[in-house]
Amino acid sequence: MALTNGTHNIVVSNLTKTFGKVRAVRGINFEMERGTTVALLGPNGAGKSTTIDMMIGLTTPDDGSVSLFGNTPAEAVRKGLIGAMTQTGSLIDYLNVRELVSMMAALYPSPLDVEEALRISGAEAFADRMTRKLSGGETQRVRFAMALVADAELLVLDEPTVALDVEGRRDFWTAMRAFAARGKTVVFATHYLEEADAYADRIVVIAHGRIVADGAPTEIKATVGGRIVRATLPSVALDELRTLSGVTNAERRGDAVTLNCSDSDATLRALFAQYPIVRDIEVRGAGLEEAFLELTEEEDEGD
Amino acid sequence: MTQLTYLRYEVIRTYRNRRFLLFSLAFPLILFLAVAGPHKNQSILGISFPLYYMTGMVAWGTMVAVISSGARISSERQVGWTRQLRITPLPTWSYFAAKIFCGYLMAILSMLVIFIAGSFVGVHLTLSQWFVMVGLLLVGLIPFSVLGIMFGHLLTPDSLGPAIGGTTSLLALLGGAYGPLVNGGAFLAVVKCLPSYWLVLAGKTALGGGGWPLEAWIVIAAWTVVSSALAVRVYQRDTRKI
Repeated sequence: MALTNGTHNIVVSNLTKTFGKVRAVRGINFEMERGTTVALLGPNGAGKSTTIDMMIGLTTPDDGSVSLFGNTPAEAVRKGLIGAMTQTGSLIDYLNVRELVSMMAALYPSPLDVEEALRISGAEAFADRMTRKLSGGETQRVRFAMALVADAELLVLDEPTVALDVEGRRDFWTAMRAFAARGKTVVFATHYLEEADAYADRIVVIAHGRIVADGAPTEIKATVGGRIVRATLPSVALDELRTLSGVTNAERRGDAVTLNCSDSDATLRALFAQYPIVRDIEVRGAGLEEAFLELTEEEDEGD
Repeated sequence: MTQLTYLRYEVIRTYRNRRFLLFSLAFPLILFLAVAGPHKNQSILGISFPLYYMTGMVAWGTMVAVISSGARISSERQVGWTRQLRITPLPTWSYFAAKIFCGYLMAILSMLVIFIAGSFVGVHLTLSQWFVMVGLLLVGLIPFSVLGIMFGHLLTPDSLGPAIGGTTSLLALLGGAYGPLVNGGAFLAVVKCLPSYWLVLAGKTALGGGGWPLEAWIVIAAWTVVSSALAVRVYQRDTRKI
């Protein structure tokens, strides 16, 4: 990716944050171009939220810096360049949805039309309802409307679909895409590979406070989207199994072996061909968590 | 312009909160009518009893109004609303200013209600006496507004009710809002260091046509400065923690 002018982009350099003994973020670096959508993908506790909080100025980093189109996070907030939906947070009461979104709109220099924000976010249907009478999913839509109404250059979404059902999720991402299509820059955090794959131009994988992979969705999918093959196969050396086609790692527990595979089809063909005694074969998708762990372990070894 | 819209919605939220209205408007009014009503024609310490009691209830009602307004920050912190606001261009001081404004609005409403009730039970003051009284009350409420903001950062919504109820009742009681407590001695000297004492006295002082003695201004100023410093500290501690 050619980055022509640093001040027109988002530059996150060497972000570090420790809470007590927990090293939440351990040196995060990435750059993104204006107008692109980047997903921060990682398991819970990976440091995504802390990274996002530092990007929008809610948390002060121990070390490192963030430049948002040439501004510090505090400057960007003051200029109304950020519209954000943090991971937690509820709404204040004694206002209906439309009033609340209007209240937020009034704080920004060039907000979106309130009705349009309500429509895009799917909060239009209950715009006259008091905030305390909303369900979890409805609250989430209102929070999205509040982030949209800023019409800010940068939209930051921290696990925005957690409280939504399948249909709500689809609607949410459709809306996000429509917003991004207006030339906006979007950063979102998620622990679903499918979401990152479907809606981001680029995926930054974070685990244990570090970037463990960074690239186009197809590349990331190949890296972390592997399969796991389990089978009963006594008395075959692990080193031998590790050389099988498509195998990235092998472990044994008694007679059972577990093979991490980048290409499980190739592995299965090789297994049957070389070890006819193999039985009880079970293939499943590797959980992201496992894939991340493996990536981090590799990283840590390089320390 | 934009901040005026924000303020407008804060005001709307204030008057839609019935519990808040009840405590800062209805309670002092009911107590005033119940106690002063039957004793219309009596006097205490040379002041007509309804007037004496009116100033006490005005002090209490307005004190509750401004403290409660700032203290509402507590529940907004709990639901993560203050975090949400910190990523908008709204400056922190505007957020606090809006809370103080709403508290004053409610305090002025509380004054009006009790003054009108007072005029029905025989309180008569000249226009200049009204002005001096209202003016002094507005100044005397400044430290309480700041204390409210401090409470909003120190307390959880659960502990807020008892804490505010207890503090305001104690301050009002010691300040003499419910009746004269002492007439002299060391205890009076201590009580005179409380802002509530001067808040209660604002009405009575107005009777003489003059304002507060210098001592009053010093006490109010000192409480404002100290509570502001404390409020800034708890605010900073609170934002660092998140």
